[in-house]
Amino acid sequence: MGAWLDANLVGVVNGFAIGFLLFIVAVGLSLVFGMMDVLNLAHGAIFLLGAYVGAALAGGNPSWGGFLGALGLSALLGLAGGGALSAMTEPLRKRSHLDQALLTLGVTLVVAETLVMVYGDDPLAVGAPPGLDGSVPVLGAFYPTYRLVLIGIGAVLAVLVYLVVERTTLGALVRATVADRDMVAALGVDNRLIRVGVFAFGSMLAAVAGVLGGPIYGARPGLDSTVLILALVVVVIGGLGSVRGALLGALVIGQVDSLGRTLFPDVASFVLFGALALVLVVRPRGLFGGKLGVRS
Amino acid sequence: MSPLLDVRRLRSGYAGSTVLDGVDLTLTAGTTLGLLGRNGVGKSTLVMTLMGLVPTTSGTVTLDGAPLPTRPHRIARAGVALVPQGRRIWPPLTVGEHLKLAARHARTGSWTRDAVLDLLPRLAERLRQPAGSLSGGEQQMLAIARALLTNPRLVLLDEPSDGLAPAIIEAIVEVIGRMRAEGVAVLLVEQDLHLALAVCDEIAVMDRGVVVHRTDTESFRSDPETAHRLLGVS
Ligand SMILES: Nc1ncnc2c1ncn2[C@@H]1O[C@H](COP(=O)(O)OP(=O)(O)OP(=O)(O)O)[C@@H](O)[C@H]1O
Ligand SMILES: [Mg+2]
Repeated sequence: MGAWLDANLVGVVNGFAIGFLLFIVAVGLSLVFGMMDVLNLAHGAIFLLGAYVGAALAGGNPSWGGFLGALGLSALLGLAGGGALSAMTEPLRKRSHLDQALLTLGVTLVVAETLVMVYGDDPLAVGAPPGLDGSVPVLGAFYPTYRLVLIGIGAVLAVLVYLVVERTTLGALVRATVADRDMVAALGVDNRLIRVGVFAFGSMLAAVAGVLGGPIYGARPGLDSTVLILALVVVVIGGLGSVRGALLGALVIGQVDSLGRTLFPDVASFVLFGALALVLVVRPRGLFGGKLGVRS
Repeated sequence: MSPLLDVRRLRSGYAGSTVLDGVDLTLTAGTTLGLLGRNGVGKSTLVMTLMGLVPTTSGTVTLDGAPLPTRPHRIARAGVALVPQGRRIWPPLTVGEHLKLAARHARTGSWTRDAVLDLLPRLAERLRQPAGSLSGGEQQMLAIARALLTNPRLVLLDEPSDGLAPAIIEAIVEVIGRMRAEGVAVLLVEQDLHLALAVCDEIAVMDRGVVVHRTDTESFRSDPETAHRLLGVS
């Protein structure tokens, strides 16, 4: 075990960095799907938007001002985008997931094509801000500082989101809406406000994740679907509408993705979906999902 | 005295099927109306339509003379509360969280958190327990507490006694008595005829989407043939 960890330490730490980033992306997707029963395939496009904002404002050798500016701008764009998506999918709320998927897929194509028209289709590199662009020794290996910081930021965000959802009244409202939204409305709460709020909040996190992930993934066409698929796998594994599930699922998928790439580079994506299939066989509702049984 | 709730020619249903086919119903403040009828005649659909959770096709509903709003949260704020069939508490939330959310948009009135916990002391001992781990009776108490905390003028109670032991049913009877004493109107959907006769001032019977019979409880009790014909019970 010790020798294995020595050899794969970088892979494991990478897995955590990717895992926390995935959590930031997936938690919004999970809440919107779990609460409002809206399948939002445009979530990846919001991430991509954030990635390009990062590339545009921060670029290859970013200043702190550029990096923080990109975070702020992407957060605003994410909020606005989430609000717009919420309004667009509202009329489809009672329709099938397929209708919602088609609409949000269309939005994804429009966003992605617009970004290609503006920035071209070459991948853009995004650097880490000064001071975080070096490497630090971790148990004998050198590891990019930024990724360690990303793990820290991800962990703090995860704890914050967890505390808000699990410990505050607002969070109780969100969890109640996941469990049975009609009964929330029957107590005088306007479901539409919760829906817009969660949509905007989740999209904000996805856009911010696009900037945060810049130094790892850069900004390039197709990144939206890569990230969306990973996030969907996380949501399926973790269970709809569960913050704890999204965190655990993201950390598992981060490790599977990272170690899969280093240990079995040829079949990495099969490893990912193998893990998904395994979870679905053992726990069809995901690790923390219980929603299907709630309304029986 | 003009009725608190006035339902006229109400029609509603689900995609492609009409369930309520012109319901007429009135309910006076401070009285309890028992709504009886065989399975599937539309009692729950009526309750859910009044709460705005099943869309109205046509007809009018007024509450205290004013048209009832259409969206459920507005109906709730106008003073209608629901204790749905199957309780529909939120399993992952604690009892305390249920009470907190229920009080969020509550009207002002005598049903404070303390008053409700006084009435339902079993909940007070379980504030930190997830509602999904409560017994069936406790879950029903919680569903009732959730409705009471909004300080409603009209409570829609859909089969609250379903599957519960006599002791719990007695507690429910007591709660209904308290609501009536406070001037709250109660629409009680009930399969248990004896319970309905014991707590209701009036009885209405539904059949295939309409109210087919309406009398005070005394006359209904003294006319077992009609009861048998409409309900298929003796
Ligand atoms: N969500 C739904 N979608 C479609 N049809 C429904 C739905 N809920 C109820 N129905 C149908 O509407 C009709 C009336 O059902 P409803 O639940 O109102 O009856 P009920 O009088 O409350 O019966 P019970 O005494 O069994 O509770 C039934 O034929 C039922 O199948
Ligand atoms: Mg029913």
